[in-house]
Amino acid sequence: MLSYALRRVLSAIPIALIAITVCFFILRAAPGGPFDGERALPPQILANLRAHYNLDKSLFEQYFIYVGGVLQGDFGPSMSYQDFTVSELLAIGLPFSLMLGLMAFIVATSIGILAGMISAVNQNKWPDFSVIFVVMIGLIVPNFLMANLLQLLLGVYWGWLPVRGFVPGSIPHLILPIIILSLPQAARVARLMRGSMIEVLGTNYVRTARAKGLGARLVLARHAIKPALLPVVSYLGPALSALLTGSLVVEQVFALPGIGKYFISAALARDYGIVLGTTVLYMGVILLLNLIVDILYAYLDPKVRYR
Amino acid sequence: MQTLGAVLLAGSVSMLAVSAAQAVTLRLGNGGEPGSIDPHHAEGDWENRIIGDYIEGLMTEDANAEAIPGQAESYTVSDDGLVYTFTLRDGIQWSDGTPVTSADFVFAFQRLFDPATASSYAYLQYPIKNAEAIASGEITDFAELGVKAPDEKTVEITLENPTPYFIQALTHYTAFPVPKHKVEELGENWTKIENVVGNGPYMLKEWVPGSYLRSEKNPDYYDAANVAIDEVYYDNTEDTTAAFNAYIAGELDILTAFPPDQYQWLQDNRPGEAHVEPFLGIYYYVMNQSEGSPLADVRVREALSISVNREVIGPDILTTGEIAAYGWVPPGTANYDGDAYTPDWASEEYGARVERAIALMAEAGYSAENPLNLQLRYNTNEAHQRIAVALSAMWEPLGVKIELFNAEVAVHYDALQAGDFQIGRAGWLLDYSDAANTLDLLKSGTTQGDTINWGNNYGRYSNPEFDALLAEAAAELDLGARAAILHEAEAMAMDDFAAIPIYWYVSKNIVSPSIEGFVDNPSDIHRTRWLTKSE
Repeated sequence: MLSYALRRVLSAIPIALIAITVCFFILRAAPGGPFDGERALPPQILANLRAHYNLDKSLFEQYFIYVGGVLQGDFGPSMSYQDFTVSELLAIGLPFSLMLGLMAFIVATSIGILAGMISAVNQNKWPDFSVIFVVMIGLIVPNFLMANLLQLLLGVYWGWLPVRGFVPGSIPHLILPIIILSLPQAARVARLMRGSMIEVLGTNYVRTARAKGLGARLVLARHAIKPALLPVVSYLGPALSALLTGSLVVEQVFALPGIGKYFISAALARDYGIVLGTTVLYMGVILLLNLIVDILYAYLDPKVRYR
Repeated sequence: MQTLGAVLLAGSVSMLAVSAAQAVTLRLGNGGEPGSIDPHHAEGDWENRIIGDYIEGLMTEDANAEAIPGQAESYTVSDDGLVYTFTLRDGIQWSDGTPVTSADFVFAFQRLFDPATASSYAYLQYPIKNAEAIASGEITDFAELGVKAPDEKTVEITLENPTPYFIQALTHYTAFPVPKHKVEELGENWTKIENVVGNGPYMLKEWVPGSYLRSEKNPDYYDAANVAIDEVYYDNTEDTTAAFNAYIAGELDILTAFPPDQYQWLQDNRPGEAHVEPFLGIYYYVMNQSEGSPLADVRVREALSISVNREVIGPDILTTGEIAAYGWVPPGTANYDGDAYTPDWASEEYGARVERAIALMAEAGYSAENPLNLQLRYNTNEAHQRIAVALSAMWEPLGVKIELFNAEVAVHYDALQAGDFQIGRAGWLLDYSDAANTLDLLKSGTTQGDTINWGNNYGRYSNPEFDALLAEAAAELDLGARAAILHEAEAMAMDDFAAIPIYWYVSKNIVSPSIEGFVDNPSDIHRTRWLTKSE
């Protein structure tokens, strides 16, 4: 298992390098530059800025300067957040984004699995319909709309929770963001779990267990849950990736100090450093999560282990 | 994760300390994450609100945003209008206790123009002697800059030419001092929150990127006795709907923007809290007048301009009451006494204007049967789109078929600057209150080698007589005479249909009834030191 994991880690290095290279050149090929805004800068000011950020050098020189920096852990300067280097911004934002993503992940998977099970066991009864209804809402309503709706209901009208903002140490300020972030993933997990569980409950070995007189709860616990979880586990990697990298809207709407919100604004401002830095970081997170899921899958499914 | 834990703990402790002291706290919905709190790198009004609270220049603004002495106690101007001599106040100091001296100002201006600083707004202070030559690298000896310190308390600034708006320009953050001792010691790191010092009414204390900045009252500020707010949170929520919800829930005291569709709700339910006021800025369309373009024909430009029904845009299309613009210099601009430019056709009945526009287009060879096909470019934004759609409909009867093309900001302005467009949306917010700041947008380009640099004159309008009037105004010391010349220049460009002014911007603040001292003004600058808050 160790050599397998090591091989996977080593194979990620060329993938990362290719991704950086492709991103670097695609970004530079995009029309518009970091200093194109509502005001045309005088030529000498523009020249000073270009020299300051090495943009007056050839594209290949810039590429090697960038890759050389990344190899030393330096993602270069940010052009739109000039008081910070990209590495500093990532170092400040990443722990928060990870914490938020992990909390949302825990909420989404626990609620999703539980709701899926309840739904499957009560197929075509009211608990099933209720779960399906919530799942549909979670999947259909865009998160910015849901955020505004819950802000209005829970924050403005009922005053139960803070509307937005980050207050260090305050758990209530995190509740709405976590709900918004976890809802779509919880819905997907619930849908997967429901389908998978219905399938497992219809198999011969579950029927045999029941025929032997085992109670419904024991049948679920001993024979149904583990195999029903397999498709859910396959989805956990993408789910966690989505939660760790997809907090953009939530961070924007709730003014939270994560890294997600920098990505789009930086892409629009052609802030090459931040776009590349976040891309590399997200890529690393996704590669790592996929590796963890593969190992977990091998643990759950003996066929994979012996393959 | 350890860092996060430390931040959470430190924040909790600081919150407890603050609540224990029962500080009067202003929560300002600032609308954006500051790109920099260094006055030489800042670029936006959301940064200006923070920087102007913690650093003060020789001049500052009163509650009406008029220029008043700041770190300077007084100043004199030489008879030829070229030399400004400022005397600093007694006892002024940086927030670490170091005295503020004239050397800080000389150092700051030299740093501003140093090509290595790469300050994108340095050009706003180009009226200073040799500033442009230093920024462009022509002069490398910074001692030749027209900013001197004859002694510790005197700052002497020499200009290239008389510049009547120079005192107003000194209220811009590019003219603010930076702490020489800190910058020399720490370089660009002087703005790290743990290092930063200021000389203004507030001191920056905390910065959580992506979320907020916090400042506290500076007890050593010379006017601290009259500063009522103890603490300011500059909230970085960029989503206007979320910020609006937070305001309604009582989490913010002032918003500097709000969703337009909430304006009527505010009027009905929170009367008096929405402050929608004229603001020094113009929203306009540029027409590419390069040789060979159909828009080089003044008849086509006239037809397009007079057939725009400006009166419906602010009230009906945008719904926030933007003011119909027929001239080029925003109402309320300083040093610009006299009647606002209003063409004769502005008072004509709209139907008659459209008839005349159709006739003009026919003269130019276009009609419904032989339409003029034009592309209209705008940067992606719902309001820009609404206006573009409305104007396309207004131009249809003229035999003008518009293809709409939207792009993100960088791409849009790249195309405008390159002249790669036919009609384009643009806007200009004045850097300082003076008519020249908007009229310069229509100045002819300057030849540089084989190319012409058109600067912000995207439409390539060129009229040597207009340029001559601007040059004449720049040399005129009498403000009244200068205003008359600039009025003449404005009328000339508008009669040439140099561009299509559409509306004057309005500022859109919401101010809680608990806040006093918020004075609406055309610059939309409201320094915290003038505000009070009743709990």
